[in-house]
Amino acid sequence: MKRLLLLVMLMLAAPIAAQDTMPPAPYAYRQLDDPAKEARAQALMETLRCLRCQSQSIADSDAPMAGDMRSQVRERIAAGEDPEAIRAWLVERYGDYVSYAPRVTALTWPLFALPVVLLLLAAVLLRRRFGGAEAGENGA
Amino acid sequence: MIAEFGLAALWLAAALAALQFLAGSLGFTVRGGALGSVVRPAAMVQGVLALTAFAALIVLFCRTDLSVKLVAMNSHSAKPFIYKLAGTWGNHEGSMLLWVTVMGLAGAFVAAVERRLPEPTMLATLAGQAFVSLGFYAFLLFSSNPFERLDPVPAEGQGLNPLLQDIGLAFHPPTLYLGYVGLSIAFSFAIGALITREVGPAFARAMRPWVLGAWIFLTIGITAGSYWAYYELGWGGWWFWDPVENASLMPWLAATALLHSASVLAARNALRVWTVMLGVVAFSMSMVGTFLVRSGILTSVHAFAVDPERGTFILALLAINIGGALTLFALRAASVTEGERFAVVSREGALVFNNVMLSAILGIVLFGTLYPLLAEALGAKVSVGPPYFNPMSALFAVPMLLVMAVGPLLRWRRDSFARIRASLAIPAALTMLAAIGLAIRVQIGVLPFLGLALAIGLAVASLLPLKGCDFRRTPLPVWGMVIAHLGIAVALFGMASESAFTVEKLVAARVGETTPVGPWNVKLVGIEPVAGPNWTALEGEMHASYRGGAPATIHPQARFFWAPPQQTSESALLTRWNGQLYVVLGEETGDGRWQLRLWWKPFAPLIWLGGLLIGLGGVLALLGRVASDLRRIVARGKIAYRRQRQGR
Repeated sequence: MKRLLLLVMLMLAAPIAAQDTMPPAPYAYRQLDDPAKEARAQALMETLRCLRCQSQSIADSDAPMAGDMRSQVRERIAAGEDPEAIRAWLVERYGDYVSYAPRVTALTWPLFALPVVLLLLAAVLLRRRFGGAEAGENGA
Repeated sequence: MIAEFGLAALWLAAALAALQFLAGSLGFTVRGGALGSVVRPAAMVQGVLALTAFAALIVLFCRTDLSVKLVAMNSHSAKPFIYKLAGTWGNHEGSMLLWVTVMGLAGAFVAAVERRLPEPTMLATLAGQAFVSLGFYAFLLFSSNPFERLDPVPAEGQGLNPLLQDIGLAFHPPTLYLGYVGLSIAFSFAIGALITREVGPAFARAMRPWVLGAWIFLTIGITAGSYWAYYELGWGGWWFWDPVENASLMPWLAATALLHSASVLAARNALRVWTVMLGVVAFSMSMVGTFLVRSGILTSVHAFAVDPERGTFILALLAINIGGALTLFALRAASVTEGERFAVVSREGALVFNNVMLSAILGIVLFGTLYPLLAEALGAKVSVGPPYFNPMSALFAVPMLLVMAVGPLLRWRRDSFARIRASLAIPAALTMLAAIGLAIRVQIGVLPFLGLALAIGLAVASLLPLKGCDFRRTPLPVWGMVIAHLGIAVALFGMASESAFTVEKLVAARVGETTPVGPWNVKLVGIEPVAGPNWTALEGEMHASYRGGAPATIHPQARFFWAPPQQTSESALLTRWNGQLYVVLGEETGDGRWQLRLWWKPFAPLIWLGGLLIGLGGVLALLGRVASDLRRIVARGKIAYRRQRQGR
């Protein structure tokens, strides 16, 4: 109930705030009161891209758009949404570019195949290097 | 006049590089033998000329000569002197001129002092160095002329990006470039050794000081760059797997692997092919990094496609240099034997394992950095960031750290775990204790958990090679290894602790209000306007007290630069042995409060302290190697002198 009230207040507050010289969104520079929720929001924000910056997450950018997105993330976390659901919502809205955690898709699967390939390659390399070692020792 | 003088010096340097390349390539054949004597002097004069051109550009920047386009675009008469000077390399053309200068000087130095290798190998090496240089001279002269004039002369310059107006700019790029370009020597040695089929311990010993030197500069450059970003950007982040950061990490990973495999080759005449391969890869990574940073491709693949001149040029250089070197490698690799064999459980075995792990991490970083560019070229935008790089590199870093703890205790050629089991008991027990303690006491992520537990064991294990040694008689390179490995453990502890235990507080505070953050209480005492040479600022006065102790005063600033107009935040840092307090002053809110951002970062300074220790380890190893090389030269001189006297 308290959460709902907060949300209603926020919704009412937002347009009022927008009337004067557009101060930052309510939760752009303000943490959630619940530390567990704030930690969850922070972890998510660190993996979302600020779309107006060059290689910065929204968690460490002064750009107004990053502030707006921080506010949205915190509000949704406060409303009890799952971080991954919020990510999915943002990806739907802005595209895959917004998330620093690539999904496994038809386009990105090589990223996830690579470690497997490297592991196999490393195994083969080390095996070839050491496989004959015993024989070499015997011969020596 | 100075600009034309600089340009002439640059053209002359390029001409000498061409001479050096031609004479070197012909000189090591039998018929062109006489030409060979030209190569070393050409390399030395080329280095001096490149330095002259760079000095001319420095003078132009220090005088703020606005008739030169580059100065007008990137400098301003009201800038403090140190940033006028450092502004020389704070732009594309200037930094590429620094690149060729370092390359020329490194080549000159090799030409002047290196006498251990057979002369044909040296000629091939210097010819290779000249060939690579020539490409970069062409790049400067044809598409990035730093000395271009501007007509009409503007009344004032456009200024330097305020984020760069920091003492970090004076040191970070030159240090990093010394590292990047120093690796070109390893590359050229590898080319020379491949061409003349002289891949052996002598080649490794000749190459090793250069790799060590470049690696020290890379280590220090990356460490300093990370700290600079940490305090300058104002959000407390120190590494973001950003493509520009990755561009500096990749040569470091390759150079680290090269350093270790060159040691095996020098000491045991093993890993020949692998060492030559890494010699080629390390500098290739420097060039890939330069391509990424300098071509504009990072901003957008499309921006690159719209103005492709520079990017295409560097891409062509990359293709020619790396493609050529790899082709040569493919042709010759079959005729170079692997060298001495060794058992799995041996010093070499551990070094090979970690070489493979480092290469795998390099593969992850390279692919993860390039993939978004590839995807964008295919028409889709994706981002690859910390959630990908952290776990994927840890996959290979964790086994590497474990082997790193054991490796230095093993003997060369063949050893058994049974022999060293007792010495490893203490670090293993400490790691287990730390893991249990952390699992019970705190809730943290998997990676910070592994990092903290491993760091403690690794720190102790890294000191074990000194056990039972007479400290005065322990060779310097051993000290170097111990300190560098300890540095890895220290940095790892800092990284894991920063990630696990950082406390963040964002508040809007009135003057007089106190904000608690972790063990600190920070009171906002007042806000005053202050002015600098080319900025004005609002400066906060704050009293920070640790666990109720005597308060220390800190002064974070919000700065407003006017040329170009931009706002930056100068964070205030308070360092204790167990962490760092990080305070940023933000904007004023409507109701007379001030936005403050505060962090308490337990043990965060260890990240950079560890980096410095790694670099210090490199310095000690280098001193040890150079000293023993000098002793050998002196001894050889004495023997020759004695023989001469006896002969008489």
